[in-house]
Amino acid sequence: MTKEKFKKALDVIGIPRLIVFCFLLAIVIVAYVNGIDVKSYLTSTMKYWGMWVILVLAMIPTIKCGIGPNYGVSLGIVAGLLGPLLSIQFNIAPAVNAVLPGFGPWAAMFFAMIVSGVLAWLVGIVYGKILNLVKGSEMTVTTYIGYSVIYLMCIVWFRAPFSSGEITWPLGGVGVRNSVSMETSFGGLLNDVLSFSIFGVEIPTGLILFCLLICFVVYLFFRTKTGLAIQATGANPTFARASGIDVDKMRVKGVALSTLLGALGIVIYTQGFGYLQAYTAPLQMGFICVASVLIGGATMNKATIMNVIIGTFLYQGLVIFTPPVSNQLLAGTDISDTMRQIIQNGVILYALVKSKGGSSNE
Amino acid sequence: METKYLLKMDNISKEYFGNKVLKNVQLHVAPGEIHALMGENGAGKSTLMNILFGMPVIHNTGGFEGTIQFDGQTVNIDSPQKAMELGIGMVHQEFMLIPGFTVTENVKLGREITTPTIASGVFGKSLEKLDRPAMASDARKALDTIGLNIPETDTVGGMPVGYMQFIEIAREIDKTGMKLLIFDEPTAVLTESEAQKLLETMQVLTSKGISIIFITHRIDEVIQVANSMTVLRDGTFVQHVETKGTTAAEIAEMMVGRKVEKLVDDAGKDTRTISDDDILLRLKDFHVDMPGEKVRGVDLDIRRGEILGIGGLAGQGKVGIPNGILGLYKSTGTVKFEGEVIETEKLGAALKKHIAFVSEDRRGVGLLLEESIENNITFTAMQIDGKFLKNYGPLKLFDSKKAREHALDMIKQLDIRCTGPEQYAGRLSGGNQQKVCLARAITMEPKLLIVSEPTRGIDIGAKKLVLELLAKMNREEGMTIIMVSSELNELRSLCDRIAIVSDGQLTGIFAPDASDAEYGMAMSGVKGGNK
Amino acid sequence: MNKLLNSLKKAIFDNKVIALFVVLCVACMAIAETSVSYIAAEVFSRFSRNACLVLSLIIPCLAGLGMNFGIVVGAIAAQISIFFVVHFGFTGLGGFMLCVLISTPLAIFFGWLVGKLYNNTKGAEMIAGLILGFFAAGLYRLFVLYILGGVIPFDDPNLLPRGFGLRNAYDLTGSLKYALDDISFLNVCVVIGIIAIVAAVVTSAYAKKKGQTVDKNGAMKKVVIGAAALVFGIVGRFIPMVNLLFGSSRLILTDVALFGGLALIVYAVIKILLSLKKGEKKLGKLIAMAVAGVLLMAGTVIPAVREIYQAVQLPSAAYGVIVLFCFFNNWIMETRLGQNMRTVGQNRGVATSAGINVDKTRIIATCISTVLAAWGQLIFLQNLGTFNTVQQQDNVGLYSIAAILVGGATVQKATNRHAVIGVILFHTLFVVAPLAATKIVGDSAISEYIRMFISYGVIAVSLALHAWKTVAKKDDKKANAE
Repeated sequence: MTKEKFKKALDVIGIPRLIVFCFLLAIVIVAYVNGIDVKSYLTSTMKYWGMWVILVLAMIPTIKCGIGPNYGVSLGIVAGLLGPLLSIQFNIAPAVNAVLPGFGPWAAMFFAMIVSGVLAWLVGIVYGKILNLVKGSEMTVTTYIGYSVIYLMCIVWFRAPFSSGEITWPLGGVGVRNSVSMETSFGGLLNDVLSFSIFGVEIPTGLILFCLLICFVVYLFFRTKTGLAIQATGANPTFARASGIDVDKMRVKGVALSTLLGALGIVIYTQGFGYLQAYTAPLQMGFICVASVLIGGATMNKATIMNVIIGTFLYQGLVIFTPPVSNQLLAGTDISDTMRQIIQNGVILYALVKSKGGSSNE
Repeated sequence: METKYLLKMDNISKEYFGNKVLKNVQLHVAPGEIHALMGENGAGKSTLMNILFGMPVIHNTGGFEGTIQFDGQTVNIDSPQKAMELGIGMVHQEFMLIPGFTVTENVKLGREITTPTIASGVFGKSLEKLDRPAMASDARKALDTIGLNIPETDTVGGMPVGYMQFIEIAREIDKTGMKLLIFDEPTAVLTESEAQKLLETMQVLTSKGISIIFITHRIDEVIQVANSMTVLRDGTFVQHVETKGTTAAEIAEMMVGRKVEKLVDDAGKDTRTISDDDILLRLKDFHVDMPGEKVRGVDLDIRRGEILGIGGLAGQGKVGIPNGILGLYKSTGTVKFEGEVIETEKLGAALKKHIAFVSEDRRGVGLLLEESIENNITFTAMQIDGKFLKNYGPLKLFDSKKAREHALDMIKQLDIRCTGPEQYAGRLSGGNQQKVCLARAITMEPKLLIVSEPTRGIDIGAKKLVLELLAKMNREEGMTIIMVSSELNELRSLCDRIAIVSDGQLTGIFAPDASDAEYGMAMSGVKGGNK
Repeated sequence: MNKLLNSLKKAIFDNKVIALFVVLCVACMAIAETSVSYIAAEVFSRFSRNACLVLSLIIPCLAGLGMNFGIVVGAIAAQISIFFVVHFGFTGLGGFMLCVLISTPLAIFFGWLVGKLYNNTKGAEMIAGLILGFFAAGLYRLFVLYILGGVIPFDDPNLLPRGFGLRNAYDLTGSLKYALDDISFLNVCVVIGIIAIVAAVVTSAYAKKKGQTVDKNGAMKKVVIGAAALVFGIVGRFIPMVNLLFGSSRLILTDVALFGGLALIVYAVIKILLSLKKGEKKLGKLIAMAVAGVLLMAGTVIPAVREIYQAVQLPSAAYGVIVLFCFFNNWIMETRLGQNMRTVGQNRGVATSAGINVDKTRIIATCISTVLAAWGQLIFLQNLGTFNTVQQQDNVGLYSIAAILVGGATVQKATNRHAVIGVILFHTLFVVAPLAATKIVGDSAISEYIRMFISYGVIAVSLALHAWKTVAKKDDKKANAE
């Protein structure tokens, strides 16, 4: 009986989550014992949590509307890169600063968010319509659409008609350079708001509050009529139809919202990171987001905002704490990327097996 | 003297999750005869055949009780392979054919003729090479036996349905030692001439010594070809009769008739006034394209304040009617509600007119299994009428407090047995799930309530409660109700009039006290009485 | 005339993917203005490297598993075998065969695991295979970078300069490079001859023993062809002229075109004469064959074509193996196992009711694919001669799948023809597209993006179209169901 109970409990928690959690705990302990500066790594974990959480949040709408985790969030990410680039191109921060000192970065950030958001919403609607055509194979199709769009955009970035010296290739005069500094626009803006230090751990208050605010807005959205209709669509499309809901429309809305969040997420990410990276940087982001939300306790068809918050923390903790520890144990190596690869994909595989795949030819 | 039987199944009982679907049933089939197995849907025909064929669905759910004797031997059939080895074959209702393969490949599917290769010497038989000429000649022989003149090299995909049925049969008779063939509603998908040809083929087969179990609900076909028949009803054995010396009316009565049990106490006062002039819903030339439940032109008037029953066998289209009205499947014809046309192509148009629907597919369509009772009850009313929403500044958000109050009220009113309004609907018993569905419908304050198979899969106590609830709503609150059900008894104990649907069309509208034979004939497609 | 136009239209429509890529290739060539002989040489050598990997995709596709992204695992098996073989100092053909021996059981084991996974993710095999590829690559990295030498003692300063963790790139020159490619054509003939004769004799004897009818005609054919190849292979080396032309391991395309064309003409003419004698009328194919032969031969005297011919060298053994792979794919589909695979691929429900063990069949299909992929990767690496120990496997699935899809395969149907055409087109585009892009943009950095975009784009479009068709069909079926 107890064995069964144990098994049931294990099923609820999920083996991968347990492994990840224990692994993280062990690493933190090893780090502490070995005299590694845990506090500074905790500081970066906080910071990276804030940078990633909106991107991971983008998984929620698609899971809730029945499409599953959005591997193609890279579409939103790529669209979202345009906002920050344009805000630099148009010199928004310096221009506004000249009129209203101190407000420049804010203006730049909100400009970037609005541009990225609107573009992503439009992209999301088109993308959602495509996904309605490929019901049952969304995961495979989204993955490859995401990949190909990233490479297509690589070609575009390479020769995009930007003219700001901060963006273009140092020699070329056009295009987007590998990493564009956000220094003059809104780099680190949110991180520094109200930040304080407690027991030597720096808390990026502004960033965290902003992220929680977005989470709360998404939470509220899912309590509106449309939000509830989207959830019913995901839980049982025929039920939704029987309640007079246009299922395809709801799916498009879910995808558009996810894409929008992906775009907002990359704006936040960029401000935290301090640099904007176009090209192949978004390639793995989709997978990282999927893995994060799954680690947080979501499945292929059920996810909550709490899953996002916890999952992002666990995943980022893992990524940040592994390198120093592995360096300590096996001098001169960095096993973290390998571990990340194994854990990230292992978690996704586990979820796939648990959800017993998709359509069939039976 | 006892007749010698090829197949003797005795005292067969089967339970699915505590639900007894077969009770001490027997089935005796003589060699070389066509034996009809008859009964309404849910009578237990398919379960009995699944047992005979050793289907995994039986053995994964705890097996069955009783004995099977085949060819004089007591046998234990625990897999389809075992059944095939014994010489039992099945012609499935859904074609087990592969469209991309040729006729030969389909006929020899899984039983290909092969010749050895070097690899097969090392790795076993599966690497033996196909002997296509030998396979083709076998297939030809089987096709000739049943008189199907098509090239065996043709691809099956795109052939008419009738041909596919014959290819299935060819496959079965190609198996060596075939003694007993099961035909599961083979004529359901065929045109009249194809069906006639099939019946002739069946007789050809029996002349070769093969016994046939013929599952059908078409009485005329049974009288035409069957030697004897077994009738099942509600999972119990009714009778084994010879076809000679019985009539269509008698057969119909055997299928339908049952001891009348009072399902509803008629204690409540009946204060309704029903008038033929006060039509609430009018269907004209109504067609619905619902797979498996096609409706082909129905004219029907529903009077305000009555309970109208729609009965008929499964697959005949009765379920298609409500699904068509609600716009869940494509429909043509006119639907007029209170004199206004409902645009059925617009999803939710009927809901907006306050027509509520409780689906026959409770778990598939009727509920969000992984959501709370509360959400289930309030959902449709919120989406359609904007109930349970509250303004927070510019936002209209879900009003949990009001929803909770309403859910608690419904739980009390309908006596839903649960741990509370937050319990997942999927965790409830069938009867309570049905009550949640009804609660959802009532929450919409409907002018017309359509319930489809309201008592399917729920126990007898809950059945009674659900039916009484419907009666109460009708008698006391004057709610007009359309009740679609396969359980004639249930309809007869509750409805004012009962319409019978067969092959997508109305075959009659009867008073609840019309005779069993009348109902039986109407259900097997004979147009008749009209009240 | 109208009929001809219509059939032409239909032909183009049926092969629209191929047509699209042919147009793309030609356009890129026109822009790039690179010499055709360079492109031809490059494409033929890429073909010999990649074809086997692509051919390994066919069997699981027919078994209903879709595009097997899990072939990455087979590539990993091959790479592991190479480490050990190189470590123990085996070189040349012997070393290569040892690699085959080691990698095969490994690949079967890996394939079995992958098959199990696929059975647990029915309907989502492709995404599962893709993620599995990443996952397996992670485990492999863990193995070669940390466990090998770190946990398991493995002392080889050449492979593991730091004591643990394989070096990043490894040069196979002097060990396995060209191990297969260096076999001379005459030796290939000898091997093929022996295989054909042995196969014919043993099969007949076995059939006789089992008391079944012996396919005498087929056996005779095999023996004759085998004997001819054997005699050519043995005697050829003593005839200076033949030895000069065919004694080397790499044949010049000019010679192949000349003699291949001749052989085609002779074969076609004999067949035509035989058919005429029998009074058969269907000669279109044979005539086309003869014309093709003439064209091939004519190429050798046209200077422009001859230049291209001269630039291309064909490693005979690798091409021999490609032909064997094609034969194997066809052969297995003619066995009971193959028929079961096709049935499972078409409809699992029907397969079960016909008494076929669906799960087992799917696992076998995956295992075969993984083994073929492992061998394919061995062929790839021995030709390339150097490999990136950590990342070599990463794009195996991507490029192979993109190639077969370009050849006109779909998620449900793939043939040898699709694979061969696909490899040629995909790699032509792979060579010329970056050149064209560089010409337009004036910067070569962009070429990698273009390659990746083509690969991913091809797969995305093909998968989306397939899924769309499936959805449409389902709706259609629903509407038609009674």
